[in-house]
Amino acid sequence: MLFFLETVISGLMAGVMYSLVALGFVLIFKASGIFNFAQGVFALFAGLALYDFIAEDGWFYDLFGFALPVWLGIIATMGVMVIVAWLVERLVLRHLVNQEPIILFMSTIGLAYFLEGVGDILFGSDVKPLDIGLPQGASDYLLDNYNLYVEKLEVVAAVVAAVLVIVLAIFFQKTRIGRALRAVADDHQAALSVGISLRTIWVIVWSVSGFVALVAGIMWGSKSGIQFSLSLIALKALPVLILGGFTSVPGAIIGGLIIGVGEKVAEVYAGPFVGGAIENWFAYMLALVFLLIRPQGLFGEKIIERV
Amino acid sequence: MTYERTIGDTILAVDQISLSFGGVKALSDISFSVREHEVFAIIGPNGAGKSSMLNCINGFYHPQEGTITFKGKTRRQVRPSEAARDGIARTFQNIALFSGMSTLDNIMTGRNTKMNKGLFWQAIRVGPAEKEEMAHRAVVEKVIDFLEIEAIRKTAVGTLPYGLQKRVELGRALAAEPDLLLLDEPMAGMNLEEKQDMCRFILDVNDEFGTTIVLIEHDMGVVMDISDRVVVLDYGKKLAEGTPDEVRTNQDVIDAYLGVSHGEDE
Amino acid sequence: MFYREAGQFKTSYKADQAIFTITQDKFFVGAFLIIAFGVVPFFIDDYWANAILIHVLVYALAGLGLNILTGYCGQVSLGTGGFMAVGAYASYKLTTSFPELNFIIVLLLSGGVTACVGMFFGLPSLRIKGFYLAVATLAAQFFLVWLFNKVGWFFNYSPTGMIVSPPREVFGFLITGPEASPAVRYLFCLSVVTVFALAAKNIVRGRIGRSWMAIRDMDIAAELIGIRPLEAKLSAFAVSSFYVGVAGALYFNVWLGTAEPTEAFDIFQSFFVLFIVIIGGLGSILGSFLGAAFMVLVPITLKTIMVDGMGFAVGAAKHVEVMLLGSLIIFFLIVEPHGLARLWQILKEKLRRWPFPY
Repeated sequence: MLFFLETVISGLMAGVMYSLVALGFVLIFKASGIFNFAQGVFALFAGLALYDFIAEDGWFYDLFGFALPVWLGIIATMGVMVIVAWLVERLVLRHLVNQEPIILFMSTIGLAYFLEGVGDILFGSDVKPLDIGLPQGASDYLLDNYNLYVEKLEVVAAVVAAVLVIVLAIFFQKTRIGRALRAVADDHQAALSVGISLRTIWVIVWSVSGFVALVAGIMWGSKSGIQFSLSLIALKALPVLILGGFTSVPGAIIGGLIIGVGEKVAEVYAGPFVGGAIENWFAYMLALVFLLIRPQGLFGEKIIERV
Repeated sequence: MTYERTIGDTILAVDQISLSFGGVKALSDISFSVREHEVFAIIGPNGAGKSSMLNCINGFYHPQEGTITFKGKTRRQVRPSEAARDGIARTFQNIALFSGMSTLDNIMTGRNTKMNKGLFWQAIRVGPAEKEEMAHRAVVEKVIDFLEIEAIRKTAVGTLPYGLQKRVELGRALAAEPDLLLLDEPMAGMNLEEKQDMCRFILDVNDEFGTTIVLIEHDMGVVMDISDRVVVLDYGKKLAEGTPDEVRTNQDVIDAYLGVSHGEDE
Repeated sequence: MFYREAGQFKTSYKADQAIFTITQDKFFVGAFLIIAFGVVPFFIDDYWANAILIHVLVYALAGLGLNILTGYCGQVSLGTGGFMAVGAYASYKLTTSFPELNFIIVLLLSGGVTACVGMFFGLPSLRIKGFYLAVATLAAQFFLVWLFNKVGWFFNYSPTGMIVSPPREVFGFLITGPEASPAVRYLFCLSVVTVFALAAKNIVRGRIGRSWMAIRDMDIAAELIGIRPLEAKLSAFAVSSFYVGVAGALYFNVWLGTAEPTEAFDIFQSFFVLFIVIIGGLGSILGSFLGAAFMVLVPITLKTIMVDGMGFAVGAAKHVEVMLLGSLIIFFLIVEPHGLARLWQILKEKLRRWPFPY
């Protein structure tokens, strides 16, 4: 029973990570209808940039002889992500307005290739342990009192994710920009006609999802170092999106948790019977079966088709 | 133009149809029947359930209650593709052409249900498949000729002006040689000249091929001129049914519909 | 000026619906085929065959397959790598179990097996659309690769988990294994691809192709004029997977010779083929070839320039290559979202009017 609980908890924690990446997807999809495959690479890129601002063997240290404190490093990285967002809008999106979704999707794969190449050239491609002072190791409290093994870092990640979702929800619901974002999400043309600048909105959305990517990058980086495999996490976020629906923020969170737990439980309990390593495809199968029952996802709305 | 049509027996009978989406009643308890070779109009204000009615007839919506009898076959739930194979063709309120294909290909898809050479022969093409294709091309060319769209045969339909697209859509429906043709606002958004052309086509189709036509139209002048009988819907209920003259003088109809919009029409 | 159809009249529907209606086109294509079949085999060496020609041909065939599904029927698939694996493993099992079986039959049967698998994974397309379907096909990708990696039966329990293509002959010529001559392998691929391309062209301009395009352009309207979505979508999945399966079998047997699922058929294969289709042009047979040539030749050219010409280290060149490929893809999508096939069309149109601007 205890083992099962630990499996579930570790699944939940992995799920939080998936949710974080999926969240970035949902934000961009809502505002621009683009399925941003580069979201995983964003997390990688942000992690790499942050590392180079704050680590002793980073670029920044080489150039100026000192490394930035963590908080300043995060702000600087955020600046980098805003610049990336601006460039993406300026160089890619602006020229692809009104194209079909598949074209936009492919352009984000191109973007992913590009950023990956740039990241490798600028920051090198070896694994980098990111240490920004987040607590490491097992939680003594849970281990002593309940005999449960839970990583402190994972608890922090869960808390951060929760805070992030709340902040985003407030941002979307209460601010002027949030309202504009929702308007754009509903209908580009209508939003334009009431004087909302699509370009500004896109830069903002891509910046926000850059921010989410940064958080995801920090969490993954602290856990297992910043490495190339981080960019593949984008693929893991896809079944999460299917479960939750492409446009739903709570859907991304709950979908991520379900996938995380389902995957872990399946791997531990069903994996040994079929040769293991089913983690790779289980999530997709789960999403697929789910889709057949409910094609619009957990939180999507049922579409009445008209002619 | 000879105008001696023999109105035949009932080809389509709609019996106590009710349709709702969630809690919203789109149609309640609608009954009417359409006779062979007739031009039958469904009119009513926006949101009256006209398009929903057509959608029920060709199986796109499945009404919760009631039955539809077409050519003696009574059914409640039918798949749209099967309804089409039974001989119901239609055009759409918002043009629903296959925008990536040429005019010719669009109309050829109307013949798809009549073709039967399988994948193997299609892949080889030389021989039976080509022969079949050419035979159907000849029929399609007749439709193209009838609708006077020879010049745009090879043009991608996405680039055509609205009026021509509507005509191509009619062509696609006609290519299937239907027994029953459903037209959802065939003249919406057209100028007077285009409307006159479309009226002419509708009457010619009815006349030459003997096709039964059910149409939805907002232009009262057109409806009263070309239809044999009219049914009036309002808020999903049937207000009246009869010849244009009967409907025109029906007090309910005047109150609900004509009385309001008459001034705009004339 | 030189490329004009003036004076060429068509007197039958058959002539009007031929693949190449203009004399100049016929001449051009004929000359191209004569060079490809009659001249190239005499000059081909191992590098040209392996790195470029067979490479392009195999991916052109896979691209054709995916184009049928995505370009003509509008169903996005990210499972191409997995389906290629099905073709490769099916051919491996067939040819090792029945060594006497003619290799062409093996190819066709592998395609058939892949078609069945493809139809199975295509079933969700009846309920789900667009990106939801794309992600569903990812299930096929990961599951199939996992299956071929885990179940020993598929690789005949070889201890390395690799499959190695045994030497096989067609009409007395050795076409697989290390002993096969590059010219024979090239000619074999070329013949297969030519026949399949012609068949694909025939299918897409007939009844079945029209029903696919109708589903692609507006599925509801297609259904309302009598096209059965089940039939159209599953036939697209079947034909597409057949092509991809044959491509996978060629990829493994004739091109690579050995394969191991996690490397040879991973998700990036799927993306690669999808890029071929998009860069080449959705819904264009010619586009599949242009796209394959582009996606194969550009990285090779970039690498040659950087490593041999500019003296980059191989590792650094790889990064720059990935970066440049990414930006080139974006560039092409921006310049012409309808792909190289459309550019080719525009070029022909320009040629027709030349030397006048319009």
